Amino acid sequence: MSGAGVLYDAPGPKTKVRNRIYTVIGSVAVVALIAFILQRLYAKGQFRPEVWNIFNNAGVRTNIRDGVLTTLEVFAVAAVLSLAFGVLLAVARLSDHKPVRWLATGFIELFRAIPLLITIYVLWVILLANRDALGLSGNSPQFWALVVGLTVYNGSVQAEVLRAGINAVPKGQREAAYALGMRKTQVMATVLIPQAVRAMLPTIISQLVVTLKDTSLGYIITFEELLFTARQMSTNIIVNGSDTYVPVIIVTGTIYVAMCLALSGLATWIERRGRRAGTGIGVAGAGEPVTATDALDVPGASAR
Amino acid sequence: MNVLLDHLPEFRDGFLGTLAITAASAVLALVLGVLIAGFRVSPVPPLRAFGTAWVTVLRNTPLTLLFLVAFFVVPQILFPGTSPFVLATLALGFYTSSFVCEAVRSGISTVPVGQAEAARSIGMTFAQTLRLIILPQATRTVLPPLSSIFIALTKNSAIAGAFSVAELFSVSKLLSDQGFAIAWIFLWIALAYLVITFAISGAFRFLEHRMGVAR
Repeated sequence: MSGAGVLYDAPGPKTKVRNRIYTVIGSVAVVALIAFILQRLYAKGQFRPEVWNIFNNAGVRTNIRDGVLTTLEVFAVAAVLSLAFGVLLAVARLSDHKPVRWLATGFIELFRAIPLLITIYVLWVILLANRDALGLSGNSPQFWALVVGLTVYNGSVQAEVLRAGINAVPKGQREAAYALGMRKTQVMATVLIPQAVRAMLPTIISQLVVTLKDTSLGYIITFEELLFTARQMSTNIIVNGSDTYVPVIIVTGTIYVAMCLALSGLATWIERRGRRAGTGIGVAGAGEPVTATDALDVPGASAR
Repeated sequence: MNVLLDHLPEFRDGFLGTLAITAASAVLALVLGVLIAGFRVSPVPPLRAFGTAWVTVLRNTPLTLLFLVAFFVVPQILFPGTSPFVLATLALGFYTSSFVCEAVRSGISTVPVGQAEAARSIGMTFAQTLRLIILPQATRTVLPPLSSIFIALTKNSAIAGAFSVAELFSVSKLLSDQGFAIAWIFLWIALAYLVITFAISGAFRFLEHRMGVAR
């Protein structure tokens, strides 16, 4: 069923009138809601020029730029590490050796079931306690706690995504590769994984969006990424005797949403492109929440 | 081991806190999510646009940012003096509602076309079609994604602990600040979350079993 169209008839004259009335009521309701919020913001003086003038300050701009760069830095490192780790875990979970398989399965299930925040927090406590022994200084305990936490969690999720992809590759591919005399490693590396990655690319990128969003957990372990910077600025900059949460949060929120939308846009584009190509195994949907939100019951092998 | 036995009341309160905030925001997310999903398939364009905007913005916002908005903007602008529990429920519920909405919408699109056509042909309105014909049948396909959404919600509720709501994460923070070995705390907290997530997936499996009908 193609979504909306079937749920209601092509409107006749009466329905058209009624729909028009609903449209007006609906618009009024939505506009009223927005207007109410804007009015409250206005009443609290959040639209005064001096409140927004803070963004003309070079220091504020530098802070925001540094925050964005730090967020992107964490994201880049965590994305690369989690993808590498994900491949490793997926291969381990599909291994022919039982101990390896069990170990990988246990690891994946454990870290997907525990809130990422708790993993990051525990890593932070451990790294802080052993700061001197590990030679970490400044904010690098926070950085590595965040990166390792993101890697462990997202690596586990990416492993499941890849595993589903590998299992979706038609059996004949593997059999043909073995028939040509390829070794297990060769079959995995040159036949199965490339096809799995191609099919799962939209899902993998959707999970990268989750990774990007989760970098904001650094806020809680006082790592100076975008959100923490925003929080600090809004408490420190006082305009007209009140803090500047509203403008700073509006600006940083827009930056976050824009970054995530750009990445999800990429996923959707690749998905559409893959559908159009019509070769290979089917390309997974971009916005599928199963892998993004997950937990214990993965739609495993047979899902696609 | 000692950490758990010596601080059983704290752990119990944290466990109950996590349960409470998860349950409250799950209800909010479910109600909002179904409502917004209805908006997104409705014949009224502004409501459709509103639904799309809602889902797009909330799905692409970090939850921590929503918590910041809920705790520092909402009390200042709209409702001063709201308790942290309510604010955390709002943030979690709104965030999760966008995922629930998408799950419901894709569930709606799995109901065979003939059902909606038959409903229309006997003169049902859009609201009747949705409420009496489509949603009951969509429930079955919505359950599995809903289960993983609620499990994710349970895990996301940990962020509330960082915003002064008493739950499992705040307990682990409290105890580790008091200098107890983090490994043991981690173990017990992890176990507590596993209990909750297993319970959720078990409950949903039971529901799926109950509602499973051969097509």
